[in-house]
Amino acid sequence: MSTADFPSLTAGMIAARVREGTTTPADVVRASFARARGVGAGRDELNIILWSDEKAALAEAETLSTQIGGAAAGGVLAGVPIAVKDNIATLRLPTTCASKILAGYVSPYEATAITRLREEGAIIVAKTNMDEFAMGSSTENSAYGPTRNPVDIRRVPGGSSGGSAAAVASGIVPIALGSETGGSVRQPAAFCGIVGVKPTYGRVSRFGLVAFASSLDHISAFGRNVDDAALATEVMAGPDPRDSTSADVPIPSYREQFVSLLTVPNPLDGVTVGVPREYFPENLDEGIKRLCDRALDHLRKLGASVKEVSLPHTSLAIPVYYIIAPAEASSNLARFDGVRYGLRIEGNDGLREMYEATRSAGFGPEVTRRILLGTYVLSAGYYDAYYRKAQAVRSLITRDFTNAFSSGVDVLFTPTTPTPAFQIGSISDPYEMYLSDIFTATANLAGIPAMSMPVGRSNDLPVGGQIMADHFAEPKMFRVAYALEQSLGEDAHR
Amino acid sequence: MSADAYEMVVGLEVHVQLRTKSKAFCGCSTDFGAPPNTNTCPVCLALPGALPVLNAQAVTLATKAAIALGCAVHSTSIFARKNYFYPDLPKGYQISQYDRPLATGGHLPITTANGDERQIGITRLHMEEDAGKSVHDRYAGVTAIDLNRAGVPLIEIVSEPDIRSAAEAGAYLRTLRQILQYLDVSDVSMEEGSLRVDANVSARKKGDSKLGTKTEVKNMNSFSGVERALTFEFARQVELLERGVQVEQQTLLWDAAKGEARISRTKEGSHDYRYFPEPDLRPLILDREWISGLESNVAELPAARKKRFAADYQIGAEDIEKITASPALADYFESVARAAGDGKAAANWVMGEVQATLNSRGVGITQFAVRPADLAQLLNMIRDELISHAAAKRVFALMAENGKPPAQIAHEEGLLKVGDDAALTTWIEEALAEHPEEAKRFLSGERKLQGVLIGFIMKKSGGRADPKRVNQLLASKINSVT
Repeated sequence: MSTADFPSLTAGMIAARVREGTTTPADVVRASFARARGVGAGRDELNIILWSDEKAALAEAETLSTQIGGAAAGGVLAGVPIAVKDNIATLRLPTTCASKILAGYVSPYEATAITRLREEGAIIVAKTNMDEFAMGSSTENSAYGPTRNPVDIRRVPGGSSGGSAAAVASGIVPIALGSETGGSVRQPAAFCGIVGVKPTYGRVSRFGLVAFASSLDHISAFGRNVDDAALATEVMAGPDPRDSTSADVPIPSYREQFVSLLTVPNPLDGVTVGVPREYFPENLDEGIKRLCDRALDHLRKLGASVKEVSLPHTSLAIPVYYIIAPAEASSNLARFDGVRYGLRIEGNDGLREMYEATRSAGFGPEVTRRILLGTYVLSAGYYDAYYRKAQAVRSLITRDFTNAFSSGVDVLFTPTTPTPAFQIGSISDPYEMYLSDIFTATANLAGIPAMSMPVGRSNDLPVGGQIMADHFAEPKMFRVAYALEQSLGEDAHR
Repeated sequence: MSADAYEMVVGLEVHVQLRTKSKAFCGCSTDFGAPPNTNTCPVCLALPGALPVLNAQAVTLATKAAIALGCAVHSTSIFARKNYFYPDLPKGYQISQYDRPLATGGHLPITTANGDERQIGITRLHMEEDAGKSVHDRYAGVTAIDLNRAGVPLIEIVSEPDIRSAAEAGAYLRTLRQILQYLDVSDVSMEEGSLRVDANVSARKKGDSKLGTKTEVKNMNSFSGVERALTFEFARQVELLERGVQVEQQTLLWDAAKGEARISRTKEGSHDYRYFPEPDLRPLILDREWISGLESNVAELPAARKKRFAADYQIGAEDIEKITASPALADYFESVARAAGDGKAAANWVMGEVQATLNSRGVGITQFAVRPADLAQLLNMIRDELISHAAAKRVFALMAENGKPPAQIAHEEGLLKVGDDAALTTWIEEALAEHPEEAKRFLSGERKLQGVLIGFIMKKSGGRADPKRVNQLLASKINSVT
């Protein structure tokens, strides 16, 4: 395998070559680091990677090579280099959530999802940049500065998992992990022209994902195509005794069906695709509207029937999200107190001052804003008006989806974002930034699986189409996505 | 108006550490006294990304306690986060239960000083986790944190404000402790911190139905400390009210050494804990059948046991109280009583020799060397007149030391009663020879001296002589003279 080949190889291809012995894990790791240098993934350029250690990654690759015949060496991800968002616990490399408050923190344990990937032979090569504590939609809120979109370096890669999206888009790794709380994988996938998959809540263990908003958080995968994203999701999926919210639901193979889809003329025969009108507002970006319509034409050609549906509570998703997520965050981030790990700044006088000095210096402005917001909505006297009401509306949003899926709709198709990638520094109003997640936050609130895949380019910028399905209906979602991807072919990127 | 015109109104909040092997939400050991911060893991250290997983055994023990206190156990309860910052609270919140507790609406019967029974209402019983320990006096100028206790499972038992005196508070706590001991759900030791009591106290004029402003008293480390603290705080409030001064809602810390409660600097009332449902744990759903299974399985409680002992063993109420003080002692008594077939004798021995020996040796009944079956055998030897009462006590002392069966000890030590005439006659002759004056008067018909002489003879035999036969032999001596 040449370094020049590497960026075009899928995870499936790399693993196959490693298993066949036509390449070695060490060669793959070297190619990945070479590509990172080649595209300028470092701090001063695209600022994609926060932490990496080539020597250690090579050592891990060598270990894997000596285990040929062992489970990991023969795994479905044998030798596949994977980049991981900086809020997922890994051994060896730091886990800082791109925050000063965790500067230098290295986790003594690793996330269940990481263990499962490594058991299949994956090698963690880098921790990627992100919005601090996953709070943001542009990766501009990192303590280490913004990540640039490899498609157009003046633009953001989206966020909060912008570093992982950029790592996949720029060919450094075929698969990367991000996390989703309100669209933090699907939106950057759309902005960078790749695939991003948020599974059903509970499908992938959260153990080891640094909590932002526990009831909305998901570990999610990026891939350059549907197959790789499905592969990573499948490997990570399954119940985990260390996460009480993980689901003990059987995991069907997501990818076995793909081959059969290639051989039949109308692979989506009998599939009903719902198009929720609330996701196609009057003022939707023209290019996005055009490309989504084109994708829907493809779906019809594939045999699917397309029908308009309504999800009437969609417009309430952002207000509800910005009550529930900050509320949980205000509590989840209380542990960063300077007592046990991470940053500590002694105040002049006692405990309270230490807390204040540490947290004031450690958290950036967006994190501070959300902690304050969350503390406020949980306060005595406001709980009923905000948090309780938001939870009630959340259940209405969930019911919208349940109604749609029980009325014969198999999947929903929508644009992933209201606009393509915007310029770095162009959005300063937090609320305008929050609206960037208007089409994605609903799936987090409802806990349903949802993914973004490239459906073309508008003014040279990637546009993502979103496919959503009912709880644990990932196979259906992947089936439609794979068929659409095959049908679009090169058009997905033009 | 005098202090007699007021009545005390008290509600107690009791935190009880559940006796589980591992913590409430992780697998760490709950062992007391391990080196600081050794019983910890990513979960109870609140490392980034760690998640709680509920300990099923803790749920079982908490549910048993709720059943024993007559509470309604709810098939759905919800864990909630109680948010506050403190260095020994690693997550910055305590996982507790708030508006959907495990159980509500129970009651605890207590016996008051004048022998009346009163029901004290139980408002709720909920599950939560303990915090760590802040150690302020270990290192100069700094506070050290030990997180071994962080995450240990607790139940909080909240009473209604039904308690009307310090003595009633004491009775409530002792009864509660006894029930929890019987259930074997906790070590219930105030010294080791496995039982902690906070008291809400207010004073009102007798006859008033409205509650006065309450204060919360904390930091008591014994039941008698609770009683003293309540007496102190009640007097303080009455004194204020008498002067027309409003009682302020605040928290006081009991200082046992000084015998006074001081106002705490931390303003508890100003805390806003921002409770909300714990999103990392699913609602706790208990199967109705599982609850009924526990209901029929809950160990015999003190009240039921007392009733049964009175019926089965014909022992007085006061003795029953002593014997049932702890479930282990009651078990011991019952084993002895059953094996010996004599409740009365078993009770006397358990309350007398057994208690005295335990006290002097400083051991608990569970570590006692004398097995119930052996004690029963000793009682049977007394009943069968194989051994005198005095000799039995010596045998018992040796049993407590070496754990050997009583028959063997009595044999080895020559403590069995001697009834054979030859040996007895020798002792009688010797005793008469040593006390010629008394012997002469007795033999000449002064029968009242017989008791004195028997005393001499028993002493001579080291307690082994069978007094009945000695009596007969002595009597026949006079008869043969006259």
